[in-house]
Amino acid sequence: MNDRVEVRKTYKLFIGGAFPRSESGRTYEVHDTDDKFLANAAKASRKDGRDAVLAARKGFAAWSSATAYNRGQVLYRVAEVMEGRRDQFITDVQAAEGLGDKKSARVVDSAIDRLVWYAGWADKYAQVLGNTNPVAGPYFNFTIPEPTGVVAAVAPQDSSLLGLVSVIAPTVVTGNALIVIASTKCPIPAITLTEVLATADVPAGVINVLTGDPAEIAPWLASHGDVNAIDLTGVTSQDLAKQLEIEAAGTVKRVRRPAQPNWLTTPDLGRLASFVETKTVWHPIGA
Amino acid sequence: MQTVAEPLTTTGALREFLHALPGVDEVGATARAAALSTRSIKNEAKAWAIDLAIRMVDLTTLEGMDTPAKVRAMCAKALRPDPTDPTVPSVAAVCVYGDMAAIARASVGSALHVAAVATAFPSGRASQEVKLHDVRDAVAAGADEIDMVIDRGAFLAGNYGLVNEQIVGVKAACGTAHLKVILETGELRTLDNVRRASWLAMMAGADFIKTSTGKVPVAATPPVTIVMLQAVRDYYALTGTRIGVKPAGGIRTSKDAIKYLVLIKETAGEAWLTPDLFRFGASTLLNDLLLQRQRMATGHYSGPDYVTID
Repeated sequence: MNDRVEVRKTYKLFIGGAFPRSESGRTYEVHDTDDKFLANAAKASRKDGRDAVLAARKGFAAWSSATAYNRGQVLYRVAEVMEGRRDQFITDVQAAEGLGDKKSARVVDSAIDRLVWYAGWADKYAQVLGNTNPVAGPYFNFTIPEPTGVVAAVAPQDSSLLGLVSVIAPTVVTGNALIVIASTKCPIPAITLTEVLATADVPAGVINVLTGDPAEIAPWLASHGDVNAIDLTGVTSQDLAKQLEIEAAGTVKRVRRPAQPNWLTTPDLGRLASFVETKTVWHPIGA
Repeated sequence: MQTVAEPLTTTGALREFLHALPGVDEVGATARAAALSTRSIKNEAKAWAIDLAIRMVDLTTLEGMDTPAKVRAMCAKALRPDPTDPTVPSVAAVCVYGDMAAIARASVGSALHVAAVATAFPSGRASQEVKLHDVRDAVAAGADEIDMVIDRGAFLAGNYGLVNEQIVGVKAACGTAHLKVILETGELRTLDNVRRASWLAMMAGADFIKTSTGKVPVAATPPVTIVMLQAVRDYYALTGTRIGVKPAGGIRTSKDAIKYLVLIKETAGEAWLTPDLFRFGASTLLNDLLLQRQRMATGHYSGPDYVTID
């Protein structure tokens, strides 16, 4: 007979490198695909969204000025720590998405590999997305991709880990700071990922993870004056996507439309390119 | 509490009076501040509170790197905090070093008060002649409010007579200018000392008592402000004269400012909810108040790109 008392879990948000409860005090129940209770997750409010924007803006200052090499190393370190928690992630993904042993292991391995893949791009994407332009005059003319700023993203609802990582990695590797709303139905893999992020040298505020209802939080992020771009990947309702696009237009944000690719295939540079600004500079050639 | 029949001037008489003041229950003051800070102020009340808080700001720049242009830019902001919205009120005053008072006065005209810090700010470590000269200089340059610092060393050593004499002297040098006395509560260590210093300053002729210079790590805190508000309330009950209170340093968000407004209403009373009797010494607070105001006007959160950098 096992008479050990069960450890019941109520998880929290991840804002500015800390784990606060929702300002609203609300939580919601998370169930697995067989409707068995898994844990309580925090239900973020718009104020939590605002706090996350403040944290992201702070995090952006240091992260965007870090060297590309350093950003790559930090992402690689995240992959390392994930690898150490591989079994926990497999269990989480299995419960969240109802996948078999092999399939969930493949998803977790792909998520870790995805991070390594993007980490490698950290000091290489500028060579691909940037350029030295030929001009008729004694000038160098460079085009350089620079981070957009604070990005808000709605993570995929179905692919709770691989999809999430595929949204996070390309956004932060270029120097953006991110607020991501995890899958509402299956937030546990995202919560485990926050525990990885907190111990993997990611500076506070660079990645902020909210759990809750995107329909409640995302409109406030879309209209927020201090958010520079919004990624609607995980928005399943076309009406909500449209509303968010309209809100985002009020402050002329960059918007990435909903798109649900097959997350298991190797991506292209589309996501990296979505959240960079191209700066072109003329520089006189010396004698 | 005994009545103040005639001015107490000697250290002995002042000690007798100040040490007879009831002690402050520090745990109680902290708990009271915490309880009041949970009050929820929303919608119309919040809009009213934000506008009042803007009108109470002493927009401050007290840096060694202040330039005339920086002071002029700050004065422009003090007059018209949000150039995109003419309904935003002006702040109460600008607060600068004495040598910048003339520039500030030329920039704001008679529209705003000009406060100058004087008396060897922020340490207060100079002879009385130097301090008085500092004050006369600032007044001559156009300051109509003087923020003086008390000699904390003398106060902590129990030399109340000296502190009293210095405040009385500075008050005389101020002429018609208002005198704010900075207690530097972060250096006074205990709330009992805050209460004693408040009474000492009020009896010596302060028009305002101010918490801090903003130059030491511990600045204005809600419990300290409660003790000072209690002191001005009791002083009013005793003498019929209302003294103002100015917390300075460390108040950076609208939420904090609104908490202070609640403290005023619940401690000193509504009569103190006016820029004539309560000020915030702040530089970054104003931007946060403007962001909150924009949020209420537009319905969405604003960001630091939409206010001026100071």
